[in-house]
Parts: sequence; structure tokens; C-alpha cells
Amino acid sequence: MRDGVPAISAAGLPAPERWIGRGENARWRVIARTAFPFLVLAAIWEIVARLEVFPRRLFPTLEEVASAFVRLTLSGILPHHAFDTLVRLTAGFAIAAIAGVIIGILMGRFRRAEDIFLPLVSIAAPIPGLAYAPLFLLWFGLGNFPAILLVAFVSAFPVIFNTWTGVKAVKEIWVRSAQAMGADNPKLFRHVILPGALPYILTGLRLGLAQAWRVLVGVEMLAAVPWGLGWMIFGAREFLNTDVMLSGIVVIAMIGLALEKLVFEKLENYTVVRWGMMS
Amino acid sequence: MSHIEIRDVSLVYDTPAGQVPGVQGVSLDMRESEFLCLLGPSGCGKSTLLNIVAGFLTPTSGEIRIGGKAVNGHGTDRGVVFQDFAQLFPWRTALGNVAFGLEMKGIPKEERDEIAFNQLKLVKLEKFVKSYPHHLSGGMQQRVAIARALAYNPSVLLMDEPFAALDAMTRDAMQRLLADVWRETRKTIIYVTHNVAEAVYLADRVIVMTPHPGKVKAEVVIDLPRPRDPLSVEFLDCQKQLLAHLGETHQVS
Ligand SMILES: Nc1ncnc2c1ncn2[C@@H]1O[C@H](COP(=O)(O)OP(=O)(O)O)[C@@H](O)[C@H]1O
Ligand SMILES: [Mg+2]
Repeated sequence: MRDGVPAISAAGLPAPERWIGRGENARWRVIARTAFPFLVLAAIWEIVARLEVFPRRLFPTLEEVASAFVRLTLSGILPHHAFDTLVRLTAGFAIAAIAGVIIGILMGRFRRAEDIFLPLVSIAAPIPGLAYAPLFLLWFGLGNFPAILLVAFVSAFPVIFNTWTGVKAVKEIWVRSAQAMGADNPKLFRHVILPGALPYILTGLRLGLAQAWRVLVGVEMLAAVPWGLGWMIFGAREFLNTDVMLSGIVVIAMIGLALEKLVFEKLENYTVVRWGMMS
Repeated sequence: MSHIEIRDVSLVYDTPAGQVPGVQGVSLDMRESEFLCLLGPSGCGKSTLLNIVAGFLTPTSGEIRIGGKAVNGHGTDRGVVFQDFAQLFPWRTALGNVAFGLEMKGIPKEERDEIAFNQLKLVKLEKFVKSYPHHLSGGMQQRVAIARALAYNPSVLLMDEPFAALDAMTRDAMQRLLADVWRETRKTIIYVTHNVAEAVYLADRVIVMTPHPGKVKAEVVIDLPRPRDPLSVEFLDCQKQLLAHLGETHQVS
């Protein structure tokens, strides 16, 4: 039994040390394994495009998409669209994150706040964010303002829900210990409730950001903003510029991946993973 | 004057299933620097009584005074150590945990880190100052918890079966360490346990409690010289005496 354990773990998922031990070779294999499904997809795409299952104009080859991507990037058009979208995303999501965490904490700690907010949040949260878009556009006009507001509104729900759950999951023994050591309410929030609920809060922020993306790209198509990836993709439809649309989709995927790897993973590793609250 | 006075304290839990007596009519007096053990089978109200003294629970009737002042809620004149290892804050290092109470008091960082370091030294963990709790063993975590409860210098230390979840060998070492810490700090300690040998090893005086409802059954003074030898005849005699009291409670219930 005891001899079997290391043998099994050696044959199963490789531990990180083993990659380092084998050096470059093993690292390449991991990269290859990650890349494999994308390569298959690319190959199928290319075959469909070259066989002209759809008209070439509507289903361009990867080479055409790549060249459109490069052309749009070098001309500064794609970066401009991406930048405006990112600004809206950041502004809307920041509002959602701050308001969501505050409301979630209040709901988790105060019965009164829970009684007021929980029914509202429960009803509003499952409604697709884009359903509110026409209302927001009528109320606040076209442009940045309604877009940011809608992003903030829609992406706040998962933040609120998860923060609330996280606060409820804060161990009573932490609260007692802190109170015994003289923590008053504001200090309890900052030094115990907030870090104690952080694993859930981070999950909420992640889900909130995904919501923000979805609704933002959608509302950009409707809000007639001059710049923005959603608008770029939507506008390209008129001239059948599918290569432009696909370039826009690629940028959205890249930004999403970058936010995940560079922001959320870093944040998690620095906090809840380091503290052993999440593995 | 006694340091802690417990006057006819009772507590009834209100539950959906009806009223459950927690403790009933407990009266006790403790002098300064006394080490008192509450001993009894589970459900006899030890934790309830401790939590009342800690201020987490308000008694249904009766009164508690510490240093002549009536207890009303929790206060930094008391430090608390629980059985659950999870009592430490996972997001703080050992030092950060121990410094918590001092931080709440508004003591500047340098000063509180120095005090916290010395407390960790007292429980022999000076090498693990920067470790997070999940990297420490159960015994080490409980030692951090003790250091943390002592750091802001309360006059009373309340401990609820702090070593019950540890293995026997670690528990023995921890009891020796606690006896040393107590000798050095001279705190007034209330220590909850259901382990007879532990009570005899640590206590100046043992309060034997009985369940249904939780009441004080007997009081046994342990005046063996310290450090105590668990294999001595006198030690075993004390254990027998306590077991006899506990045995009667079992027959009654
Ligand atoms: N939160 C609670 N709600 C209802 N009854 C409780 C609660 N805590 C303890 N009790 C009851 O009070 C009695 C004493 O419990 P407790 O003080 O935890 O005993 P001990 O610590 O000696 O095991 C038991 O009958 C227990 O079931
Ligand atoms: Mg108990």
C-alpha cells in the first residue's frame, strides 16, 4: 500500500516539481497539450473555409483573419476600439465591485439589510442583463453613461450574492476571537469579515466580470457608441466584414484571458491561496 | 478579595425544541493567579459557564464579577482559547495573529510586533513567526492561540478544552508548556476539560460538574507540589478521588 502511493501519483497528474526536474522538454509537452485542442479547431476551421462550405466572404481563412487583425492593429483602429471598451468595462465593473461588496457585507451582517435586499436581488439577478438595455438607453440616452451604468448594475449581482454567502460563511469562532481581543464593529469588518469572506468575494468578482463582458459587448451594439469592440463587430456586419468581426472576438478572448491570468490568478495566489483558504 | 466571583449563575437555552438548561445555580470564587479546572462529562455545561464568564453569553440569572467589576459582554481583561484549531485567522501570520489584540488597542506596529514576538517565544514558536496557520501543526496552532490570548495582557485566561483535539504525546507536551507559561505569567486561569489526568496535572482546584442540568457537584483542591509527576502515588490518588465523584454522577444520570 505504502509503496503503491508514490507510484500512482507518479503515473497520474505530474507534480510541478517533476516538470522542473525534467526541464525544457517536459514544459514543451505541457504547452503542446494545452495547444492541441486549439490546433484541431484551427485545422477544422481552415478545412471548412478552404472547401468553401460557406461563401469565402462570410467564412474567411485564418490567414485572412490574421491579416485583418494585423492591419486593424497597425492602423490603430482595433486598439482604439479595445481601449474604449476596456475603459467602460473598468468603470462599470469597479462600481459593481465596490457597491456589490458593500451591499453583500451589509446583507450578511445585518438582518434588516438582508430582508430588504435579498428579495430584490433574487428577482433581478436571473434576468439577462441585456433585457435592461433598452430601458437604460431610454432613461440615460445613448453613449458611455448608460453603458457603464448598465454594466455596473448587471455585474453587481454576482458580487452581491457571493459576498453575502461569504460573509455568512465567516467562522463564528473568528468573530468571537476578534471580539474577545477588543475588535469593535468597524475593525471586525475590516480585519475579520472582509478577509474571511475573501474566497467567496473573489469568486463573485470573477463571475461579475464575466457578466460585465457579456452585457457590455451587447450594449455597445445597441448604444451607438462611436468606438468599442461590440460596436466594431456589429458595424462590420453591414459590409460583411467577417474578418473584422473575428478580429474583435479574438481581442475579447485575449483580454478575458489576460484579466484571468494577470489579475485574478495573481490576486488569488497572493491572498487566499497563500493563506491556505483555497488550493 | 477574590479575583473572579460567580454568583448563582444559571443559563437556559431557548431552542425551537423547548428550553434546555445549560448551567444551573453555579457559584464560585477564584483568587488571583489561581488555576481552576472545570471537569465533567460532555453536556454538563462547562463550555456554557466558560462562555458566560467570557461574556459571549448572558446568564439568565446570577452575576459575575471580575476584579470587583460586573461582567457585561466581552472585554480585554479576559483572553480566550478555544478547542477548534480554526480559531486562528488564516490570513495572518503567527506574528500577525498574536499582534491582533494589540493592534485593536492601537499600539504602534513596532511595539506590538516586539510584544508578539516575545509571546511566541514564551510558547517556543519564535522560529515560526512568519508562518501562516495552515503551515503549522495542530499543537503549534494552539500555542499560537495561547500566545495570542496572552499578548494584550488580560488578567484572566479562559480555555475550553484547548488540547482535546491533539494526539496524546503532543497533549502531554502542551500541558507541561502551559504549566510553565502559567508559572511565568501568573494569570488567573479557568480551564475546561473532560480529562481527569489533565485536571490533576494542571489545576490548583478542580470543579466537578454534572449534567442534566449542568451543576457543580464537588470541589477538589489539588495541592501537589509542581512540577507534578503523573506517575506518583499522590497523583493517582487525586485521579481516583475525581473519578469517584464522576462515577457517582454517571450513576445518577
Ligand atoms: N447553543 C446551544 N443551544 C441549545 N442548547 C445548547 C447550546 N449549547 C449547549 N447546549 C446544551 O447545554 C448543555 C450544556 O452544554 P455545554 O455547555 O456545551 O456542555 P459541555 O461543554 O460540558 O460539553 C447541553 O445539554 C447542551 O446540549
Ligand atoms: Mg464544551
